Amino acid sequence: MNLILDEWERLNLTDTLTACREVVDDADFPTVRRWREFGGKTVGHFQVYFPEEIVHAAGLLPVKVRGAMIEPQHADSRFGSYLCSIMKSSLELALDNRLPLDMFVSHPICDAARNLAAVWGRNVSYPCQILYLPQNANSAFAADYLRHEYDRMRRSIEDLAGRAVTDDDLRRSVEVFNENRRLIRALYAVKRDRPWLVGLDEVYVLVALGGLVPREEHNALLHRILPLIEARSAHPQDRVRVVFEGGFCEQPPIDLLRVIGQSCYVVDDDLMIGLRWITADVLCEGDPLAALASAYLEHSSYSPVQHDLRKPKERMLEERMRASGATAAILTAAKMCEPGLEEQVSYAHDLDERNVPYFVSEFEQNMTSFDHLEIQLETFVERLLFAT
Amino acid sequence: MFRQWFAELGQAAEAGAPAAYVFVMGSLAEILRAFDIHMVFPEITSLQMAVRGVAHDYLKEAEDYGYSPDICGYVKADVALQLRGGEHPMGRVPRPSLAVLTNACNTYIKWAEIWERMYHIPVFTLDVPGTRTAGGQTWPGNPDFETDRRYVEHQLRELIVLCETITSRKLDIDRLREVMHHTNEMSRCWREVIRLNNNVPAPFNALTDGTVYLGVINALRGTPEGAAYFRDLLEEVRYKVDHGLGPVAEERFRLVYLGIPCYPIFRRFNDLFTGSGGNFVNSTYLWFAAGGANCGFEYDLSRPLESLAEGLLVAVRDAMDSMFFPVESLVAMADPYHVDGLVFHASKSCRTTATGMADARRAFMAARDLPTLFIESDMMDRRVVSEAQLKNRVDAFFENLVTRRRQDLTER
Repeated sequence: MNLILDEWERLNLTDTLTACREVVDDADFPTVRRWREFGGKTVGHFQVYFPEEIVHAAGLLPVKVRGAMIEPQHADSRFGSYLCSIMKSSLELALDNRLPLDMFVSHPICDAARNLAAVWGRNVSYPCQILYLPQNANSAFAADYLRHEYDRMRRSIEDLAGRAVTDDDLRRSVEVFNENRRLIRALYAVKRDRPWLVGLDEVYVLVALGGLVPREEHNALLHRILPLIEARSAHPQDRVRVVFEGGFCEQPPIDLLRVIGQSCYVVDDDLMIGLRWITADVLCEGDPLAALASAYLEHSSYSPVQHDLRKPKERMLEERMRASGATAAILTAAKMCEPGLEEQVSYAHDLDERNVPYFVSEFEQNMTSFDHLEIQLETFVERLLFAT
Repeated sequence: MFRQWFAELGQAAEAGAPAAYVFVMGSLAEILRAFDIHMVFPEITSLQMAVRGVAHDYLKEAEDYGYSPDICGYVKADVALQLRGGEHPMGRVPRPSLAVLTNACNTYIKWAEIWERMYHIPVFTLDVPGTRTAGGQTWPGNPDFETDRRYVEHQLRELIVLCETITSRKLDIDRLREVMHHTNEMSRCWREVIRLNNNVPAPFNALTDGTVYLGVINALRGTPEGAAYFRDLLEEVRYKVDHGLGPVAEERFRLVYLGIPCYPIFRRFNDLFTGSGGNFVNSTYLWFAAGGANCGFEYDLSRPLESLAEGLLVAVRDAMDSMFFPVESLVAMADPYHVDGLVFHASKSCRTTATGMADARRAFMAARDLPTLFIESDMMDRRVVSEAQLKNRVDAFFENLVTRRRQDLTER
């Protein structure tokens, strides 16, 4: 069953990427609709991280809810004035049923988003709930607690699916997602090592697509497309290598990413970090929920919305830059995003202390004009190139 | 009492005594007091800057440091306070030896990370799982509740180890029981004080008087002075009920307040309502800003740690529910409190309380045919407070209340 794109196997690289972008950009979620037309159920999960394996193991489609480039017509009246766009546009997708779901899960990632499941639940007929990922990652009991929380989620998913989700089901799903994470890591390795072969916007589209289609199909697509990318004949250019920070929740418009990618090589980023949260294979032996819980805590990336004493954000950014060979950083935050805006300050002060150049900006999911930012960024990059 | 409390903080600052920075939604006063660790409530020290009309200086300083106008005003005021070495209009705030917080507000976590960077102090986050779905609270005996309770208890034991390290003292379990005993009395009285405000006229104003009571229940939680205060307060409130005394000359409209007060114009904000005969008879602020003490949960002193974990789980969860799932509680109180209308005050820089407010209002209005008012300003930043606009909205709200009152009388 091909759900992503019709006959994508026969498209060339450029056409495949274009088709993927159309799916990612489409606020009517054609892949999700097609899944439901085949009789499947969908579970929407809000940013940042969600253990999609549990939903997948039940034969349901986990759908990453990340808003869309739409103008909120109904959601505005459910919220106050001072709120980020992803909250409003995500709810709008539910209110006008553009994103058809059978269940919605959010996480207390920030003060705004922790309200979302309650608001959502008052406005739709399907179940909505909060998954409480541990906020004290440093407690010796956190993994045990999280294993139980995942088990609670498994029971909710079983109720929705009308079937049991066994440990064997989960192990099979873990294998599928392990493969997916390996493929995404390989894609990011190309971006890091040969950034002239693949653009920031292209990588973003390929990763984001994973939140909208069955992972088996995503894996098949990545398997096919990775060699095509590596076979490109592009040559390296004299560009600054930068890390992009600030895309952990609300996503910048793809065109903004394209503009950034034209000015510099973005060799690592935190875009859609939830889909790349786990950084190593999850164990397929033993208790799969315990393995997932352990991976969340012990083998994971970082973001401004997870507090872990072992992951001071400045040091994590420093490591991201070191590992990717970046010499500068783009520090962005979505408008009205408190965690992002707060982290921006600490990043900036730390980079100042270490005399590392950085570029600060804000973005909004719905922005359509990038001229001003483009000029500023080009000026920043030229200054760096001239200085070196 | 508050000046005395602040003076003690100043003395602690001079002496270099250990001080913990804590928050109103789950201060963990019971454990910290058992170790004689002073507690600083940055939310309270920040709001005092707004009430005293100096917040804008602090906010500007934090914004010059790099913080956005769009983040929590409490945080920014505190950042500037720290940059000024603790200089506060009421005295000097000591530096932290540790920060203790819960997840009841995500900004607590980001805020503590700032102190972690500034002072390189231990930061302890007590993670309290909240309600997963509307009406889905679990209780003792339920396996999911017990998992959450064990998680909280385990963390409490880890906090105790941290406090033992900082103070070089072992926990005195009897001292902990003593502190918990005082908290029990305060919680018992607080619940009754709030309940007595269902009388007509209500004996106190939940917005103004209530904020004072909140200060005491937080700052003096677990102390004999706090317990005595609330015993006296309960006696006073009962006296007022018996004698039909209330804070306004004629209580024409009984209102419920949602959100954080508009501290930059605290008195004038209240006057907008009381000037038209309105009185706030209850407030979600009395619930969440007391860390859920309104539940009246009383600790079982025969099993202090287990019971403390259970009480924290129930109370902090209730505090969060009052922000995220308030509709059922609001509907339930409408009749017992003889409510005429609800005021939803969304504070720009507090998305925890403000984000779901407009939708909760819609849901409440669908459930109960009562007038409501939705207004926006800020708890710290006077640049976001438009008094003229607020007055227009409040006046229109009261015109609505008057019209409905006349209609009700006519229909009778």
